[in-house]
Amino acid sequence: MTDTTTRFRRMKDLPSTHLLGTGTPMCAGCGGLEALHEIYDVLGEKTVFVNAAGCMTLLSVYPFTPFRGSWLYTAMASAPAGAQGIRDALDILREKKGLPPEEDLEVVVLTGDGAAYGMGLSATSGAMERDLDFIYICYDNEGYGNTGQQYSGATPHAARTATSKGAHGFAGYKKDLFSIWAAHRPAYVATVIGSEPLDLARKIETARSLKGPRMIISLAPCPTGWDYDPRDSVDIGKLAVKTGVWPLKEYRDGRVLHTKVPHERLPVEEYLKKQGRFAHLFEPERDETLLDELQAKVDVYWSSVELQGG
Amino acid sequence: MSRTLLTGNGAAAWGARLAHADYIPAFPITPQTEIIETLAQWIDTGQMDSRLVTLESEHSMITAAGGAAATGVRVFSATSSQGLLYAMEMLYTVAGWRTPFVLVNVSRGLSAPITLEADHNDVMAARDCGFLQLHCATCQEVLDNTLIAYRLAEDERVRLPVIVNLDGFYLSFTREPVIIPDPQETTAFVGPFNPASIHFRASAPESQAVAVLGGAPYSYFRYELHLAAQNALSVYDEIRAEFRETFGRDYPAVDAYHAEDAELVFVMLGSFATKARAAVDQLREAGWSIGLVQPHLLRPFPEPLLQQLLAGKRGVAVIDQNLSMGKGGVLHTELAAALYGHPDAPPVLASFIGGLGGRDITAEEFFEIARVLRDAVSAGRAPLPRLLYTRDELLEIRKLQAVAHVERKELGKTT
Ligand SMILES: Cc1ncc(C[n+]2csc(CCOP(=O)(O)OP(=O)(O)O)c2C)c(N)n1
Ligand code: SF4
Ligand SMILES: [Mg+2]
Repeated sequence: MTDTTTRFRRMKDLPSTHLLGTGTPMCAGCGGLEALHEIYDVLGEKTVFVNAAGCMTLLSVYPFTPFRGSWLYTAMASAPAGAQGIRDALDILREKKGLPPEEDLEVVVLTGDGAAYGMGLSATSGAMERDLDFIYICYDNEGYGNTGQQYSGATPHAARTATSKGAHGFAGYKKDLFSIWAAHRPAYVATVIGSEPLDLARKIETARSLKGPRMIISLAPCPTGWDYDPRDSVDIGKLAVKTGVWPLKEYRDGRVLHTKVPHERLPVEEYLKKQGRFAHLFEPERDETLLDELQAKVDVYWSSVELQGG
Repeated sequence: MSRTLLTGNGAAAWGARLAHADYIPAFPITPQTEIIETLAQWIDTGQMDSRLVTLESEHSMITAAGGAAATGVRVFSATSSQGLLYAMEMLYTVAGWRTPFVLVNVSRGLSAPITLEADHNDVMAARDCGFLQLHCATCQEVLDNTLIAYRLAEDERVRLPVIVNLDGFYLSFTREPVIIPDPQETTAFVGPFNPASIHFRASAPESQAVAVLGGAPYSYFRYELHLAAQNALSVYDEIRAEFRETFGRDYPAVDAYHAEDAELVFVMLGSFATKARAAVDQLREAGWSIGLVQPHLLRPFPEPLLQQLLAGKRGVAVIDQNLSMGKGGVLHTELAAALYGHPDAPPVLASFIGGLGGRDITAEEFFEIARVLRDAVSAGRAPLPRLLYTRDELLEIRKLQAVAHVERKELGKTT
């Protein structure tokens, strides 16, 4: 789907000045940080980021911050509630105390998957049900990264994490947060990834143009947690899309649209074999059963998408 | 100025209304609900210009309260018991943000076993978090202290959130004649919200509550918080004097009742202190030299005043409506720390636990406490800590246990 109204038609339309400062303590090749750079360039500095405990908490360490706008660290479970308090207070200041509109801020929640899929889900659900006017950005590195990549509600089946080191990796399945969020019928839900900057920029632009809860999940390739060379982050991100593992889509007005359908899907193992967390699927011998299962899940997803025409 | 019959909850709502709280994040819990229902109704009928939002938990409620206060509006909230503990992570957090707002806690015992009735274990659990604490004994105090609490919280030398505590049922649902002060006077007394250095604005980007690396910056900010809480002791006295001049009612940081000339003293917090007061009257009639010392401010802990009021006493009985498991009464411990090594400190500091989960403390028990204290003074040795419980109560619980036993046996037969 190409939205002809977007100001981002081709790569050269993307912002050429970058707003987020450099020199953060994030790992080299951090896919979450890559996405955040791109998102911040579109959102701009008239923002207040409300953060939950996770890797990104270390972006702002006293007395430094890479943000040109504002920031508030809350706790792991309640960043959306922090956003509620700030949004409500800004509204009150505008209505009652004459805060000029140009002083207003876009309130942006920034959390990892652990907070988004688990501990903070209740607070997020509450914020959506109250139709809070905010943007939620979840960088999904598929585990509790900051504490050493234990498995979370976002960890994919078979991935090896610090708490799933057995022969078959993680026994559970990645939770479908996109659908859980969309079931609340918020203004907007989208998946993005830093390695597809044009798709990402369009979606953030769309989010910016709307009011109400605007919910973004970015798959965040994580060299430290996924065990690969930091230089491969962009490749792995592209492979996540080309193999169909990470569908790029958006929800609006009750409908889900796929924004980049990989018609010639690469085999899932192209994505898996680049990451140490899946090495046990290939060595000492190929685990055909698990590989087939993982491929089948992706195939089933895309055939249902084709059935629904979208 | 008019006198109206108000519950403690109604008085708390009036406090928020007269202070012109702009924002009220809420979550219901017995026995606090009447506060938020009253405020919601005033807002819905246009009697109060404020915004009330029900969050999905107290953890979120306190986060929203802190977020709003950090953006620069006046915030009020209320909770109790399980709610206060559910919010505990955020109580520490928003106090660390130095966000000034007022939280009313309607004290209620903690689970397990689950109960609805009053004691102070909930608010004691929050004593180290950085919120200041004002403890009320009457419905009038609840209203007045809510106003005082805003002044204290927002003072430049303090900038901390404040808990105003009232006992569930005994105050929350008890109607007492309360003077609702003149709105013009309260507006002038509380003043407009002073955001000081806190705000989020497009033209003034700011990072709040950022991480620190290492113990030195961490300690610095924690020490600052502690020193600000300590500043509140003298700031409180200034505000109290202004309140007394404006409204004619006085709330010393520690209240003393017949304490000056007394040899023996009860020390108690909250609404049950009014029972101790009545007991003092009766005991005095019977010829006892006894009085009551009732801390009104628990955080900051008014040590100098307590040292002064208790100096030269022969015996002190601290009656704690809380129980620190494996240790005993919290107030007793704190008082012991305040008095230790102090010249003229009372030689006997006895500990009594009572009033848990709404259990009454009867006049006879106050008499018994006085006797135990007097005997200890004569013996020159503090008695063992006592858990107040009567033979009849023990009999009752034995009966319930017997019934439970029979019921279980019956159940065992049928399954
Ligand atoms: C209440 C609470 N429990 C546990 C933690 C410890 N903790 C800090 S960050 C983190 C991981 C968060 O995972 P996620 O949201 O995925 O973010 P990531 O670390 O992966 O960036 C955890 C468990 C905490 N800060 N707060
Ligand atoms: S652990 Fe992963 S998500 Fe966290 S900073 Fe490092 S690369 Fe980024
Ligand atoms: Mg994570």
